[in-house]
Amino acid sequence: MQDIDHFRAEVSHWLNENCPKTMRTPMPDDEICWGGREFAFVSDDQRLWLNRMAARGWTVPAWPKKYGGGGLNGAQQKILAEQMQAINARSPLQSFGIGMLGPALLEFGSEAQKLHYLPQIASGEIRWCQGYSEPDAGSDLASIKTAGVDEGDYFSVTGQKIWTSYADKADWIFCLVRTEPDAKKHKGISFLLFDMTSQGVSTKPIELISGESVFCETFFDAVKVPKQNIVGGRGQGWTIAKYLLNHEREMIGGSDLLFGGADVCALASAQIGVDENGRLNDSILRAELAKFIIDEMAFDAHLAMTKNYMRAGNQLGARSAELKYLGTELNQQRQNHIMAIGGLGALIWSSHNNQTHQTPRQWLRSKANSIEGGTSEIMLSILAKAVLKMPS
Amino acid sequence: MDFKLTEDRRMLEDTISRFLADKYSISKRNDIAYSETGHSAQIWAEMAELGIVAALFTEIEGGFVGQGFDIALVFEALGRALCPEPFLGALLTGKALAAGGAEHADWLNSIVSGEKIGAVAFEEDQSHYQLQHVATSATKTASGYLINGNKAVVTHVEAADIIIISARLSGNVDDQSGLGIFAVAADIAGLEIQDYANVEGGRSGQLTLTNVALPPEALLAEGDAAFELLETIAGYAHLALSAEALGIMEVLKFSTIEFLNLRQQFGVPIGKFQALQHRMVELVLDIEQARSAVINASTLPCDKIDRAKRLSAAKLTVSATGTKVAEEAIQMHGGIGMTWEMPVSHFAKRLVMIEHLFGDEDYHLARYIELSKV
Ligand SMILES: Cc1cc2nc3c(=O)[nH]c(=O)nc-3n(C[C@H](O)[C@H](O)[C@H](O)COP(=O)(O)OP(=O)(O)OC[C@H]3O[C@@H](n4cnc5c(N)ncnc54)[C@H](O)[C@@H]3O)c2cc1C
Repeated sequence: MQDIDHFRAEVSHWLNENCPKTMRTPMPDDEICWGGREFAFVSDDQRLWLNRMAARGWTVPAWPKKYGGGGLNGAQQKILAEQMQAINARSPLQSFGIGMLGPALLEFGSEAQKLHYLPQIASGEIRWCQGYSEPDAGSDLASIKTAGVDEGDYFSVTGQKIWTSYADKADWIFCLVRTEPDAKKHKGISFLLFDMTSQGVSTKPIELISGESVFCETFFDAVKVPKQNIVGGRGQGWTIAKYLLNHEREMIGGSDLLFGGADVCALASAQIGVDENGRLNDSILRAELAKFIIDEMAFDAHLAMTKNYMRAGNQLGARSAELKYLGTELNQQRQNHIMAIGGLGALIWSSHNNQTHQTPRQWLRSKANSIEGGTSEIMLSILAKAVLKMPS
Repeated sequence: MDFKLTEDRRMLEDTISRFLADKYSISKRNDIAYSETGHSAQIWAEMAELGIVAALFTEIEGGFVGQGFDIALVFEALGRALCPEPFLGALLTGKALAAGGAEHADWLNSIVSGEKIGAVAFEEDQSHYQLQHVATSATKTASGYLINGNKAVVTHVEAADIIIISARLSGNVDDQSGLGIFAVAADIAGLEIQDYANVEGGRSGQLTLTNVALPPEALLAEGDAAFELLETIAGYAHLALSAEALGIMEVLKFSTIEFLNLRQQFGVPIGKFQALQHRMVELVLDIEQARSAVINASTLPCDKIDRAKRLSAAKLTVSATGTKVAEEAIQMHGGIGMTWEMPVSHFAKRLVMIEHLFGDEDYHLARYIELSKV
């Protein structure tokens, strides 16, 4: 107990000394630190904050120290999170490396791979993207066609990925490739890592409904991928892919991003006004928001319990689908409420001086929540089979 | 994800579950619940003997644990067995007597030991869940109080030895002030009970009080403290009923999944159909949300507003989800779900009953809005 109190005091002191003031304000989407070779820091403070946290291993507090992590146990991780929250410290680094590839490497990577790739993720040096979906392989992901032909020392990879988020900004890709054309559907896939600057890789951004362009079409034309860049064995890609997807779903469903931001009630009070009892003037909206907040409260408790469960070293496995489904459905409701509160004004896309308006963009962006990382329908099917053990 | 189970709690849960599994098959349960008394004096005594009533109370109150989590745990286990024994009455009566101070220690002890059965009578014909709506009058006399009026749908009132009632000392029917809370012996002169059966088994009754003469010490609380006590007691009811509903929903969940996996149509188990799989999973996720809401409420924070908000949130969520679980469980069972034979129907009925006890979904939504100033 004493150790823990000591740790708490030390963390609190260190954060106070080291977290720049400008990194203690709510973080708009365009100020997220993604890291990577090409990353343009929005400020010196942002860079400083990343470097200081990375030096302590606190960009990935749970990872072992030798891989660039903080080596913290569950109780310590919780304290760090609490102390960061106490001063509103921004997350120093967010990335697919941290949330997706890292856990998969920790589980399936060779020691050499872990020592090479994990520290680069922890420090924010290398930014990763996810090459899973293809034009004909979405929900039916195992039907991917991108081919890796065995050329002795390397695989020659040819094919097309789609919806690859930030492919144009990423340094490396983790990619599902069919290397065993004669094996059965799920057994023919390998999990390959390669540099996006390799010869034969090209990307073409796709514009999103929200006007942003976060994802790309990604093309591979005889890209040489050294054989040592395979994670796990040949044909084991599907197992790794699924394991990684569980972590992706945890990340999406449990994301602070989904639930940070504006307080819906405060927003509504300001926009719509309150009666003499302090209640919203619109009695129907009032009831709807109350129900929403009650659901959100329950989900927060669920999330807190889930985090404790995971900090104790447990894996959620297929139950990550539960978190993903609940979290994203709730976020979509939240965005719907924000639109309702905004009324007609919520539909304004940009102002006369070309300032973008976030409300309709975030609302539209949230529509992807029930698609990315596996659709809500697929989440329900996974839960039915893997958790409720219903027949398939 | 589960309540944080300490070793003691695990043992308590074990004790209840094992006892009920032993003594309480569904057919036995139905025999008891739909009987003239609506519960079994013998089983009640055995459960009290095991300390299950005492588990609802703190050491100061004469029990041995009595935290919010313990209360939730007991009622969830009772829900799983659809147990109609008068635990809710014991909890609420005991908490009311405990608030009344040392003078009520004897009655409190008899409740905690299970020797006496308690009931609370707050609702009236017109009150519609509003605790402050009290037309029953309490007139101060030289020797105490004279009570006149009616109380509606009092659970297990016929079996009760001690009844806690709200009555009005002054003011208008809907005033929060001017109330008194009284502890009344059920065999007192002028107290009449019209007992009836509930939809899901168990009994309730209408209480008529005609010039019931109470001694001064029958008063547990008056003035602002009286309304506060009403809210506190109702809060315990919200927690207990929400947890009970959770136990019931768990049973309906498992039996419905089991049924979907067994029942064959079109040459396959119907659980193979995606439409049913998705409905089932959505139901399960709703139950998870309800569980989180109940856990949130089980912490029973000291801050009154925070506590009331969590309790209303839990009761609301459980009511909405419970109704849905009841309907979906029956629907997915098809014709057999409509039969008296199948446990499903009895569990479903109890969920509907719970929705209506101590405030339904609409009531708690309005209350939550009041409390949180949405
Ligand atoms: C913003 C965003 C970012 C993304 N980022 C990436 C990324 O970085 N890397 C990557 O690889 N992919 C990414 N994706 C792709 C995403 O994983 C896929 O879009 C998703 O898996 C669905 O595949 P699909 O689009 O082909 O839809 P489809 O599979 O064609 O589905 C269409 C509809 O049919 C339903 N459906 C399909 N099969 C079934 C079934 N068996 N039962 C019931 N309903 C079914 C689906 O639920 C959906 O409603 C991203 C997507 C979005 C929206």
